Amino acid sequence: MRALTKVFSSGIFAAARGSRGVQRGMLVTGLILTAFFVLMALLAPLIAPYGFAQLQIGKTYFGSQQPPSAKHLLGTTVGGMDVLSRVLWGSQTALLVIIFAVAMSIFAGVILGLVSGYFGGWLDRVLVVVADAVFAFPSLLLAIAMSIVISGGRSGLFSGILATSASITAVYIPQYFRVIRAEALRCKTEAFVESARVIGASHVRIMFQHIYKNSTRTLPLIMTLNASEAILTLAGLGFLGFGIDPTMGAEWGYDLNRSVADVSAGIWWTSVFPGLAIVLVVLGITLVGESLNDLADPRLRSRGAANLDEQEIAEVVPNA
Amino acid sequence: MPKPVLDIQNLQVAFATDKGTVNAVKGVNLQVQPGEILAVVGESGSGKSVTARSVLELLPETAVTKGAIYLNGTDVLTMTPEQLRTVRGKDAAMVFQEPSTALNPVYTVGWQIIEGLRAHTPKGEKFDKAAARMRAIEILGQVGIPNPEERVDYFPHQFSGGQKQRVVIACALVLEPKLILADEPTTALDVTVQAEILDLLRACRDNLGASVLIITHNMGVVADLADRVAVMYQGQLIEEAPVVELFSQPREDYTKRLLAAVPRIGQRPTNPVVAASVPVAVSAQGLEVTYPGRFGASGHRAVDGVSFEIREGEVLGLVGESGSGKTTIGRAMVGLARATGGSLSVLGVSAVRAKAKAFKSIAREVGFVFQDPASSFNPQLSIGAAIAEPMLVHGIAKSVEAARPAVEKLLSDVQLPIEYFDRFPHELSGGQRQRASLARALALRPKLVIADEPTSALDVSVQARVLELFAELQKEYGFACLFITHDLAVVDQVASRVMVMHRGKIVEHGPTRDVLTAPKDDYTKRLVSSSPIADPVAQRSRRKSS
Repeated sequence: MRALTKVFSSGIFAAARGSRGVQRGMLVTGLILTAFFVLMALLAPLIAPYGFAQLQIGKTYFGSQQPPSAKHLLGTTVGGMDVLSRVLWGSQTALLVIIFAVAMSIFAGVILGLVSGYFGGWLDRVLVVVADAVFAFPSLLLAIAMSIVISGGRSGLFSGILATSASITAVYIPQYFRVIRAEALRCKTEAFVESARVIGASHVRIMFQHIYKNSTRTLPLIMTLNASEAILTLAGLGFLGFGIDPTMGAEWGYDLNRSVADVSAGIWWTSVFPGLAIVLVVLGITLVGESLNDLADPRLRSRGAANLDEQEIAEVVPNA
Repeated sequence: MPKPVLDIQNLQVAFATDKGTVNAVKGVNLQVQPGEILAVVGESGSGKSVTARSVLELLPETAVTKGAIYLNGTDVLTMTPEQLRTVRGKDAAMVFQEPSTALNPVYTVGWQIIEGLRAHTPKGEKFDKAAARMRAIEILGQVGIPNPEERVDYFPHQFSGGQKQRVVIACALVLEPKLILADEPTTALDVTVQAEILDLLRACRDNLGASVLIITHNMGVVADLADRVAVMYQGQLIEEAPVVELFSQPREDYTKRLLAAVPRIGQRPTNPVVAASVPVAVSAQGLEVTYPGRFGASGHRAVDGVSFEIREGEVLGLVGESGSGKTTIGRAMVGLARATGGSLSVLGVSAVRAKAKAFKSIAREVGFVFQDPASSFNPQLSIGAAIAEPMLVHGIAKSVEAARPAVEKLLSDVQLPIEYFDRFPHELSGGQRQRASLARALALRPKLVIADEPTSALDVSVQARVLELFAELQKEYGFACLFITHDLAVVDQVASRVMVMHRGKIVEHGPTRDVLTAPKDDYTKRLVSSSPIADPVAQRSRRKSS
């Protein structure tokens, strides 16, 4: 995992330094949105005016569907909870789900992909068929089935997060699996892998020292794209009523579900803010992922025009 | 004096890269006269390909060009894309290095030849399909494709490598351009095929009157084909002379060094043959390697009944063209290919139908040097870690750091600075990487080294130094070696005995100098006579006599 975070962070910073123009704008916007989201999640206990399930101060109830006011900056929901606090606490739930989901799917996916691609044979064929079968499933349906199996459909904060992450994991393992398997297949015919075989290196050493290290280049991209999809799945589960109990944790999808009836009644604040939160976080993470993808590919990366009068920076490598 | 077909004036080309601007061509002046064959030579990175490609504006988007390129009197660099399109193919045509990628595999060769005609049909004029087809058949016949009426409808994969290059040349010739730009047209081909393609290019000039600008790094090709030679070095044109003069009286030091580095048969004293009393390190009797066929189809027998011996401390050369099975023999000796029949004993271990375990036991004693230094190093590991790997795998050192002293000794043995320990493969040049590759192969002081085309990806001057180093190390370490190459002059330098392989069989073997100077087998004779000599006078007289 440490190696992974290293790959990820060094990739992002190198990319940010090497980028320019529109690509840089996309990457920086994405990074700002994502950083804002992470900060919001970490600082939720400090900056949220109320608890996520708080209905009253002392004996005074907030009241249901109150418009934005000095007391409730973003108003209150139909259930009588503070919208601002729900949105802030919701970011914490979302972040936890992302971390669990990405961590679980990346470990399983990478190991299965390496083994499958490197050894091949019947194991590879079975795993590929299973991965394809999971791909063919509608992911939300699979997530619903998983959450029913794991927690009976509704649950507390931790088991809810676990159930959602597990269901997202099940859907995303095949993506990591496929990418890593393809990379392993490419690497295993490279001369440096043959050279390790001639040296007498063991399979485990070849897989992790040689193949794994050369297969991680697309991981940051899939990680970001999966993180944004994980939020969408979480929100979808919540919206359909398979998420986290509102008294156990704040969750944007659930709030959206509860605000459906408000929209036609002209009560806009209950739906707009959780919705906006989902859109901005997904946009931020997707922007990071997409611009990383463009920057990682030399053919898509934009550069400044070459200047003929400029002094030569990269001298021709002298021959040995 | 007639007007030159191509007149390049003060051409400058720069590329935008991640590390800033790289000037690839720095003010080149070059003329090609009508009916002339001009060879541009230089090492990789000297800017020779970039110069040729800028004539047709075939540079990547990151390139910026300055100067002027007059093609039949008009400047290519100031043309609109539409004008450029009419010039491409008609005034100058390109022949690429790799014929198998220059042709589109899903169209027939006839279609691809006709495409040029179709693209250059004037607007409003009806394209005559039947006439175009006749023209395609005619041009295929001219480039020496037998039975063109039938083969015009064949797909590229139905042709051999040399025939594919003929088709590529046919595509270039179909609009009767005044200039043919050939970028390393024979580098991907075997020598016997190379000789035919060079004859064809010469015929293009003699019979069709086209000028040829040929880019090559092979001095033998230059001696064989060129009228005039331009030498490029680090983006500049440093010398230009008629071919005989350049070879006999080179002016620039760089040209002299370049010519001196070209290996020639008989240039060095013969390597003494190892006495028959020395114990045998490797012996093969009737060795067979068959690659399994697909879905019950019969397999491909890459090595067919080969017998040989390598004695301790002996260097055995193995030469042959691509597909002859020479690399397969080397791979079978270390378990990368599966020996399926006969017997093969490597340092006392039988390698026929052997399990992976058997090879592990000899892995300590065997080193392997791969052809392509760019891909044989894990890009994520430092050079030091890569060289230390055999020591880690065999438990001689606990960590890369613990192996540092031994690795530094190896680095100095292969004449690399010890600071290279912490560098990464992409920071080294090809020659430096190949030295590091030698160091890795020698890390455990092996009794046997298998070198699979170790110098064919290198420039000649680099090759010369790596070969010298190899010979020194072989004397010092005293390992037995199977040296696989397609270059006869290279094998003459390093090996005491040589085997010539053709279609999976050994057709001739014996002391190197005897085989190369007085070949007995017909195939060996053809191989020796097809390799051009890097001397225009000798090569010309040889061509006349054959």
